[in-house]
Amino acid sequence: MKKKLPLFALFLFFFSLLLFCHSSLAFESDELLVDDEEFGLEGGSKPQIKPHEPAPTRSTTTTTRRKVSDQDSDSKIQFSLEHAFGDSDFVPAGTFSARLKTSSHGGQTLTKLRFSRNAFTGEDKEKFEKLLQDDDFYRIRLPSNTVSPPGRDYIISSVKARCLPREGLDEHFVIHMEGVNILAVNYGAFGACSYPRQLKLPHKWSFNSHTVLKNSEQAPRAPIFAEEVLGENGEGEIIPPPERSFWAKYWMYLIPLGLIVINAVTQAMNMPEEGVQGGGQTQQSAAAIQRGTGSAVRRR
Amino acid sequence: MDWHQQYIGKVKHAVFHTQKTGRKRVVVSTEENVIASLDLRHGEIFWRHVLGINDVVDGIDIALGKYVITLSSDGSTLRAWNLPDGQMVWESFLRGSKHSKPLLLVPTNLKVDKDSLILVSSKGCLHAVSSIDGEILWTRDFAAESVEVQQVIQLDESDQIYVVGYAGSSQFHAYQINAMNGELLNHETAAFSGGFVGDVALVSSDTLVTLDTTRSILVTVSFKNRKIAFQETHLSNLGEDSSGMVEILPSSLTGMFTVKINNYKLFIRLTSEDKLEVVHKVDHETVVSDALVFSEGKEAFAVVEHGGSKVDITVKPGQDWNNNLVQESIEMDHQRGLVHKVFINNYLRTDRSHGFRALIVMEDHSLLLVQQGKIVWNREDALASIIDVTTSELPVEKEGVSVAKVEHSLFEWLKGHMLKLKGTLMLASPEDVAAIQAIRLKSSEKSKMTRDHNGFRKLLIVLTKARKIFALHSGDGRVVWSLLLHKSEACDSPTELNLYQWQTPHHHAMDENPSVLVVGRCGVSSKAPAILSFVDTYTGKELNSFDLVHSAVQVMPLPFTDSTEQRLHLLVDDDRRIHLYPKTSEAISIFQQEFSNIYWYSVEADNGIIKGHAVKSKCAGEVLDDFCFETRVLWSIIFPMESEKIIAAVSRKQNEVVHTQAKVTSEQDVMYKYISKNLLFVATVAPKASGHIGSADPDEAWLVVYLIDTITGRILHRMTHHGAQGPVHAVLSENWVVYHYFNLRAHRYEMSVTEIYDQSRAENKDVLKLVLGKHNLTAPVSSYSRPEITTKSQTYFFTHSVKAVAVTSTAKGITSKQLLIGTIGDQVLALDKRFLDPRRSINPTQAEKEEGIIPLADSLPIIPQSYVTHSLKVEGLRGILTVPAKLESTTLVFAYGVDLFYTRLAPSRTYDSLTEDFSYALLLLTIVALVAAIFVTWVLSEKKELREKWR
Repeated sequence: MKKKLPLFALFLFFFSLLLFCHSSLAFESDELLVDDEEFGLEGGSKPQIKPHEPAPTRSTTTTTRRKVSDQDSDSKIQFSLEHAFGDSDFVPAGTFSARLKTSSHGGQTLTKLRFSRNAFTGEDKEKFEKLLQDDDFYRIRLPSNTVSPPGRDYIISSVKARCLPREGLDEHFVIHMEGVNILAVNYGAFGACSYPRQLKLPHKWSFNSHTVLKNSEQAPRAPIFAEEVLGENGEGEIIPPPERSFWAKYWMYLIPLGLIVINAVTQAMNMPEEGVQGGGQTQQSAAAIQRGTGSAVRRR
Repeated sequence: MDWHQQYIGKVKHAVFHTQKTGRKRVVVSTEENVIASLDLRHGEIFWRHVLGINDVVDGIDIALGKYVITLSSDGSTLRAWNLPDGQMVWESFLRGSKHSKPLLLVPTNLKVDKDSLILVSSKGCLHAVSSIDGEILWTRDFAAESVEVQQVIQLDESDQIYVVGYAGSSQFHAYQINAMNGELLNHETAAFSGGFVGDVALVSSDTLVTLDTTRSILVTVSFKNRKIAFQETHLSNLGEDSSGMVEILPSSLTGMFTVKINNYKLFIRLTSEDKLEVVHKVDHETVVSDALVFSEGKEAFAVVEHGGSKVDITVKPGQDWNNNLVQESIEMDHQRGLVHKVFINNYLRTDRSHGFRALIVMEDHSLLLVQQGKIVWNREDALASIIDVTTSELPVEKEGVSVAKVEHSLFEWLKGHMLKLKGTLMLASPEDVAAIQAIRLKSSEKSKMTRDHNGFRKLLIVLTKARKIFALHSGDGRVVWSLLLHKSEACDSPTELNLYQWQTPHHHAMDENPSVLVVGRCGVSSKAPAILSFVDTYTGKELNSFDLVHSAVQVMPLPFTDSTEQRLHLLVDDDRRIHLYPKTSEAISIFQQEFSNIYWYSVEADNGIIKGHAVKSKCAGEVLDDFCFETRVLWSIIFPMESEKIIAAVSRKQNEVVHTQAKVTSEQDVMYKYISKNLLFVATVAPKASGHIGSADPDEAWLVVYLIDTITGRILHRMTHHGAQGPVHAVLSENWVVYHYFNLRAHRYEMSVTEIYDQSRAENKDVLKLVLGKHNLTAPVSSYSRPEITTKSQTYFFTHSVKAVAVTSTAKGITSKQLLIGTIGDQVLALDKRFLDPRRSINPTQAEKEEGIIPLADSLPIIPQSYVTHSLKVEGLRGILTVPAKLESTTLVFAYGVDLFYTRLAPSRTYDSLTEDFSYALLLLTIVALVAAIFVTWVLSEKKELREKWR
């Protein structure tokens, strides 16, 4: 329950956002909407890429369009995703665009990462099918510095091609950032990829991309206690554990005692015909039995 | 049960001291930065000090007859130690501006009242230090005049000294200084067009010899009578071929010096007409000692030559080469290699003549004392410089074959029985008694040469810097065998790197002996070609040795073995090609099956890059090599150079066993551990804060820790500790990592723990599902699946700085774990893993307490009783090895540094075996008594019943 609430809220937020976009103008969003932190929206790119369509040209148009609109805000950057099939050379496969936020103390971070992927050409498709046949690697790379690509070197990540096909081709990026530098990219299937990998061709040759941008977490601070807490702790170790129940403490004595009682009672029952009632109760003490028999005798 | 051995390392200086002190001793300094005083009679250590790892000893001497003076840390620290007990008397720090050759000179005749001067030339300055309290009396800065001091020479019978040095490479300076006050008496300088290079050899108090820059001309420099004169002698004029490496060896022989040319040595004498002449020519294995002054200015020096299995020691007087004072020949074990150094000392024989003894340092770092043609004692000091350790099982005790046959020959066996007979008849001499004791010890349970039921007896195979491999018996720490690795002609300076278990026979290859693989390389650079040696661990014989054509940057044992239980190993060369060993067709067929499942990673700490690789195809080259494979880069992680620098990378032990995947919490909940063999822990720090502690502000220091899956390069966990810096010591085990670092804000060391749990298996809680098999617990785990993990971390303060961290390992992994922390005090502290549990809270609930969760405290407790080493110190601690015994509760711990320490640990007590002091007699007695009681009561009851029936 706790988990679902923010999820739901986010969903609402996006839903309203989509609604807003839709109602304001007939702007066809052709890019994956990704939250600036850690939430990937599914299916954002679906309307964009349709198979058998010259998608690359289309994606270029989107980028040019963005560039025009970005003339005034200079804090937007783009960097490209490149891919390779097996051991082939890397070729551009898509574009990431993000907003570069400069904080007051000079640190720069990326937010609002968006990703648009070029659709597979027929040639790409053939190559990918070959990868699926051979159970080979599909490799991608990103520049290690987003401001001045490629930085020191490219960040490479790969996945067995057979992990990707599902309904379409599901891919999941986790980009680990340190300022404007990309440290690592974890690329893989969205869900599980169980071994042994089965050969399965996708129904649709379009990518279903999920992108997550991650920054480093802060480590929890070492607990610093005030003196009295420490003192309390110290005492706490000395204080004996709280009283257990009577039964918990003395069961090992009570059970034999009970057995003896049963024994005594059965013996008493076997004796002359003065049958005693309620002899089977275990919780009675021997004294009580004696009293009981005594009373029985008196009653008679 | 535990043993402790003390060593000193390879001796580099030795000073004898025989007068005044009642017991004869020698003071040595070693390459492990140890200063020790040894008993000359037995070679035992009287006292010993291990200086820090950066505190390299430059020179030692004895002053005032009672202080040992040591110069260390590149000539910046001068210390005096009391000779009888090794207490430090004083310590002085000598400052200077520039690096120069550190020189220590303790003149015998420069005395003022009871004080005497110590002259130290270091860091471009000449200091005169009082030997009573270490006070610096005067300092003269030569670096200001840009003179590099080469030699400080004491003039006989006067309080003047000469300081000679170069300015640049061709200007020669000679200073004459009054040693008492540092007053400059005279300064001469002269230029020599040829230039100088290398060491200088002092031939007399006013003449020295050096080489010119072409290394083909010997330059004799004389500076007597306030004049500097150069005289050149071409090496070819001496009838020697001067091509190749020529160097002057430092020596202190009067009128003579030694030149090493390629692989032979020349003894050259300066004649009275200032001419040079070759006295003798020997091969490079011959070693010469320094000159020793004995009785009225007579001098002697020793020459040690090799001849077959023998070593010839000759002591020659002063300048006379053809005369011998002593000539001895001793049998030398070829496992000791060549003689590296020799020091001589004289003594008075019973007939009042002079006798000589020699202290010899061998190639295997052992130290021998030779006197009267015999080895009086020897020390195996290679064990002070262990590089790598592995263990080997002992042979199984065979039915029908007595152990005696394995250990002794028949004769030895008979001798042993004779000795025992003597002992029982009270006829034994003290030596016999000692021998009987030794035999008893040898045949005692703990030091037998066979495998035991509990797996306590093992062989510890250690590889040392001396290229010598030792097998130590875990029972008593004795050396079972030792082997100096064979040196091939192709390589003259091999270095050894690592040990791997090559063959550990069990099941179907029982007849084979286990063997280890030693990987070394020829030279120091990582591109140097690799050397492989295979050593039988039972016999200590080198089975095979190869000089490879490729290098070995990384060695990976694979989890596959062939039919003879030889483990497959992959060697990665510097071109990122991998080579498969053993080179058999069987190995290649095993490898082909797993071809697509082999991944490896490389950490380039200098570049800040971690890369993952996979096998691609067979090597394409002119020469077809079936065992060579090309690889390709699968993933890379690039740390930005300006913000992160890799300082630690730790992976899990390959042979670690995890007993349970799940952890049941007090709320009857199950948490699944994320257990992956392919986990890598990496710690990076800010480059500014990568220096020593205190070099960076807390604001510009941070420590980032990563947990990385090495198959896909996925960063599973990433966390920043602000205001923290290294050094980082970490241990990764099961699903947790513990690391130690310094917190600059709190000014304390901290230890953090991070545990990883697998969420994808968290649904497997339904019993019905488990019964019906609808769970994913048995499904193979693939790294390509997106992991759903959660991590928990917690941080605590820790008092000590740490030298090494290890974790106990047991046979099945059931026993709870302890962290073994090598503290700065060279001790090993055992700390329960329970103290490093991220689920600790300040007020644990009742259920949590029952589960064993300790209330949270801000620092980790150091309980004095939990020191594994008790009161002993493992000086210079470098590593801790834990090996599981067969008994689940017990783990074997071997800590090594300059000293060795071995013990057995039971982190949760020995719950699976009775303690050694358990009284079996009492148990038997009780059983017997009970049985008797049963019979008695039975008889009694029978009787009673009979009586009842008769009634």
